[in-house]
Amino acid sequence: MSIDENTAARVAKLARIKVEPEALPALAQEFNNILGFIEQLNEVDIEGVEPMTSVTPQKLKRREDVVTDGDQQAKVLANAPDAREGFFAVPKVVE
Amino acid sequence: MTELNKLGLAGARDALRSGDVTSKDLTEACLTAIHGAGALNAFVHNTPDVALAQADAADKRLAAGDAPAMCGLPIGIKDLFCTKGVPSQAGSRILQGFLPEYESTVSQNLFDNGAVMLGKLNMDEFAMGSSNETSVYGNAVNPWRRGNDDAALTPGGSSGGSAAAVAADLCLAATGTDTGGSIRQPAAFTGTVGIKPTYGRCSRWGIVAFASSLDQAGPMTKSVRDAAIMLEAMCGHDPKDSTSADLAVPNFEAALTGDIRGKKIGIPKEYRMDGMPEEIETLWQDGIAMMKDAGAEIVDISLPHTKYALPAYYVIAPAEASSNLARYDGVRYGHRATLEAGDGITEMYENTRAEGFGHEVQRRVMIGTYVLSAGFYDAYYNRARRVRSLIKKDFEDVFAQGIDSILTPATPSAAFGLGEMTDADPVAMYLNDVFTVTVNLAGLPGIAVPTGQNRQGLPLGLQLIGRPWEEADLLSSAYALEKAAGFVAKADKWW
Repeated sequence: MSIDENTAARVAKLARIKVEPEALPALAQEFNNILGFIEQLNEVDIEGVEPMTSVTPQKLKRREDVVTDGDQQAKVLANAPDAREGFFAVPKVVE
Repeated sequence: MTELNKLGLAGARDALRSGDVTSKDLTEACLTAIHGAGALNAFVHNTPDVALAQADAADKRLAAGDAPAMCGLPIGIKDLFCTKGVPSQAGSRILQGFLPEYESTVSQNLFDNGAVMLGKLNMDEFAMGSSNETSVYGNAVNPWRRGNDDAALTPGGSSGGSAAAVAADLCLAATGTDTGGSIRQPAAFTGTVGIKPTYGRCSRWGIVAFASSLDQAGPMTKSVRDAAIMLEAMCGHDPKDSTSADLAVPNFEAALTGDIRGKKIGIPKEYRMDGMPEEIETLWQDGIAMMKDAGAEIVDISLPHTKYALPAYYVIAPAEASSNLARYDGVRYGHRATLEAGDGITEMYENTRAEGFGHEVQRRVMIGTYVLSAGFYDAYYNRARRVRSLIKKDFEDVFAQGIDSILTPATPSAAFGLGEMTDADPVAMYLNDVFTVTVNLAGLPGIAVPTGQNRQGLPLGLQLIGRPWEEADLLSSAYALEKAAGFVAKADKWW
């Protein structure tokens, strides 16, 4: 599998990271080096092996479906780069 | 008594309880040492006011006879742990200015146990790195040097600041985290002890997430006894982390008998890598001889899928990271890019993340995005998870054969020079974790113990890997190895 500049640009877009066009060839090359390393996994016989979902066999605990937290608006907003009138502020999303 | 900062946890605890020193004395000694160690760039946010207030409270508890295990002991906290009201940036620009409104469970457990926080410690950005060179704060520097050569060496990563601080006696101990070797590799590079417990021993709540199925916190200390004391204070069930195990925490220190007679120590043949430096092979053979002399039975074992651990890790960890780091969007906390007229929300996300994340983090997030994307999910991510099952089974098979613990090198080399790997392929840096990453994939406990020095005088460490949840037994075996090796060297102070 070889990644070209278009694929690198698409991955950057999916990851929501701006990459300047002139940086794409080097990025594509880095991806290819790393993926080349990863391709070793193709040597492994995985027939009938289940993908790991939990490294320690454990049943996740359940709790009553009740409200246990909340009413912390000021704390939730305290670190926002732009908070106004009790909300997170972002650029216009809907035209 | 002079140079109280050179004490370990156990020594300082005993001195506090006998009334020879106060927590204030210990804390001030460490604060002085930190003040004089700017060249190491280990502490990146100092909290002397917090420390002195906690020391004062600890001295009152000690006087009242109500002194838990860590009472009055000054430690450093890796920047990955959220600490209430104190900068917690995970070594990243994107969390600049972030002041958590809450305390991580592990740091809270330590404070409940009376520990004193001196400040936050340098680390690779989002714990992604093996040399502490991806940090927004700049490199942390290893107190150790190659003989008389003054070239700056890496303390390892990602817990590089923690390792440098403990090795240089800036604190009595420090917290670390380990996703692929980030406690054990820096410990080995600095002549300190670091244990990654079984996945689920320590709560991950309040620790900035990198790869959630692999991340574990653990102590970085000056001795195995100190590791036992601090690990016990850190771990325990936490309802806020659904993967934290609801199991009783043993008294790890009490389990340190150092008696390994009759224990079966496995030596995995696959860890004898091509091109492994002779000094590492010698170190390993010496360690095997020490365990044998102490009465252990040495057994050759095979962990056939070892070779595939790193490639599997470099699918799984970036995949989880790309998902975890999606939260850094410039909306709720941290950095937001300045927008140009006409920029919409997509430009805000893309510019914020391009400005806020360093190169290694960007690279891993994008690799993770790729391996999870439509059409590649099965070929990469699911295949890697299947290989992970096989790696875990390798360990289950040898434990089923009666192996108690496994002895391996901790790292493929001694500490390397800062900048030496700058032009190397990222994969060359990833190879640092070749002996440690299997342990994270299998969820097992692993500990690095300093056991020797190379010809240039740099410390080298061995790793012991234990059965799941049997940290007590693992620590006792590590204690036997520590006693046999008798490693006492310290870096000559140049900073």
